Amino acid sequence: MPDLVWFIVRRLFAALIVMLALSLAVYLVFYAIPADPAHLACGKPCTPDRLEQARHFMQLDQSTLQQYLNFLKGIVAGRTFGDGAAAVHCNAPCFGYSFPLARPVTTLIMDRLPITASIALGAAVLWLLLGVSLGVIAALNRGRILDRLAVGVALLGVSTPSFLLGLLAILVFGFWLNMVPVNGYVPLTESPVDWAWHLITPWIVLAILQAASYIRLTRSQMLEELNLDYITTARAKGAGELRVVVTHGLRGVLVPVITLFGLDLGGLLGGAILTEKVFSMQGLGDLLISAVGQLDVAVVVGVTLFSAFLIILANLVVDVVHGVLDPRVSHG
Amino acid sequence: MSSSVAGTVSPTRQALRRVRRDRSARVGVIVVVLLIVIAAAAPLLVRLAGQDATTYHIDLLDPARGNAPRGALGGASGTHWFGVEPLTGRDLFSIVVLGLRTSLVIAITVTVITTVIGTLLGISAAYFGGWYDAIVSRLLDFLFGFPQLVFMIALGIIVPAKVSRPLLLIGVLSVFGWAGLARLIRNQARSLVTREFVEAARSVGSSSWMVITRELLPNLLGPVLVIATLAIPGYVGAEAALSFLGVGVPPPTPSLGRSISDSIAWVYTGADPWFLLFPGAMLFLAVLGFTLLGDGVRDAFDVRLRRTS
Repeated sequence: MPDLVWFIVRRLFAALIVMLALSLAVYLVFYAIPADPAHLACGKPCTPDRLEQARHFMQLDQSTLQQYLNFLKGIVAGRTFGDGAAAVHCNAPCFGYSFPLARPVTTLIMDRLPITASIALGAAVLWLLLGVSLGVIAALNRGRILDRLAVGVALLGVSTPSFLLGLLAILVFGFWLNMVPVNGYVPLTESPVDWAWHLITPWIVLAILQAASYIRLTRSQMLEELNLDYITTARAKGAGELRVVVTHGLRGVLVPVITLFGLDLGGLLGGAILTEKVFSMQGLGDLLISAVGQLDVAVVVGVTLFSAFLIILANLVVDVVHGVLDPRVSHG
Repeated sequence: MSSSVAGTVSPTRQALRRVRRDRSARVGVIVVVLLIVIAAAAPLLVRLAGQDATTYHIDLLDPARGNAPRGALGGASGTHWFGVEPLTGRDLFSIVVLGLRTSLVIAITVTVITTVIGTLLGISAAYFGGWYDAIVSRLLDFLFGFPQLVFMIALGIIVPAKVSRPLLLIGVLSVFGWAGLARLIRNQARSLVTREFVEAARSVGSSSWMVITRELLPNLLGPVLVIATLAIPGYVGAEAALSFLGVGVPPPTPSLGRSISDSIAWVYTGADPWFLLFPGAMLFLAVLGFTLLGDGVRDAFDVRLRRTS
């Protein structure tokens, strides 16, 4: 067990370093832009005096390094722009302040996050269940009709862009069959039933597409696993088929599945962003795209870093689960 | 009995023979060739149809139905083969075939760029090892667990408006695209580096460049070809996704992703589903064709590619 604790500590430390490096890189890239945020904020007519004032207020007159340090400090301790009555306060964790929207970026993100997170988490649960179980079924029925069906579904899933399948689902189930709502988001706190009912189509769409690669992986891994000696041993000792498949075979399958899931986390967020647009839900993607349109750098940097941190954090969790499932990982 | 034949046939030829025998690979080859011909001849096809992708045909729209096209199948007729776009009445056939052209040009360009960069970095990381390998590997880890789509959208803000958007798209997709190929090639190359023929080449004084290009590269051509073919549908999808989100190819250049995005409102109300179905079917065919081809090439070269491990 101490091995595992050390493993987690090491991973935590590595994740922290990556986050710092990433934030510096993102900050340098995005603050090298030709468009001056102060220029946009100062309005018309923009006298040099007012421009200078705006730059000072937004702390853009400081060196880039100082700005970056301010940004980091803001995440830990919050920050204040300007002073006196005009002062704007941004509470920790402050991922920047959007002057065009007059709101802290953290608040903007937190307003939108539940939508994107609802889509992503629900879809992830569904696709893991769907992918692994269909993969196992395909492997156990190798060459038979069920196997071919699962492989066919996997191929269709790999070849259909998520937004296309989403729109087709809206057309068929929403419009023609009138079964499900076609757009809009209902907060979980307002009505859990309506929440799930509005999300069911996005979940299924995203899950079917992503499940495809899990079906393929689980199937091939399971076929390989079932040929190994220890499975023969388990069978020879009289273990039932269910026990052989679930407790022995599946354990070997889970490790690569979890590794793949770690690689797909970034894609999961991307998929959720595409899906929220298809179903007209205003999540993180919508926030980001409109910020790009309005040259709102603070929001763009905030959302980018926030989602990168989220992925790093999720990867950390995946790594730890990996370490628990496969002792070789945490020993190494 | 076939071993005597196999002994005299080069691995590439064997692979080609296997592609020819594989039914789904054959379908893939046919679809891909068809798509490439359509994309290459798109301007010609459009002229043959007597149309273009920019002229408005307001007379073909029905104001009573919110300017959806008149008639069945989205207004399809002898002059407008796929009907017309709602709201503007532009010829949908022109938009779809020119959109396919946009899509394939971007996807294939990105594939070429990322294949060259990924192969060179992957092989050199495996060959030189040490700190160079460590840096490349960390960079790959970093690019992998990265919210790429978020970053691709965000990059739109720092590039001045005068930079051509299709070029930006190619650049952005390339920056994130090479990592997958580089990792797979690195892993494949690592098992080659310790083999005798590499050792032999080194011991007779071949330069690193010579060992990489003359010894390692020819042995990795199979995997490189497989990964590159499998990457194309990914880029077709990525271009469409970014254009769908409104940060890809800007109007008036036709793009399948943007047309699909424009069709959302017409799908919600069911007023003109054909506006989704024609560009959607073309996009689906493009991704499916290249995926089938890629799977076939992979099976033919018998390359084992695991994203995990």
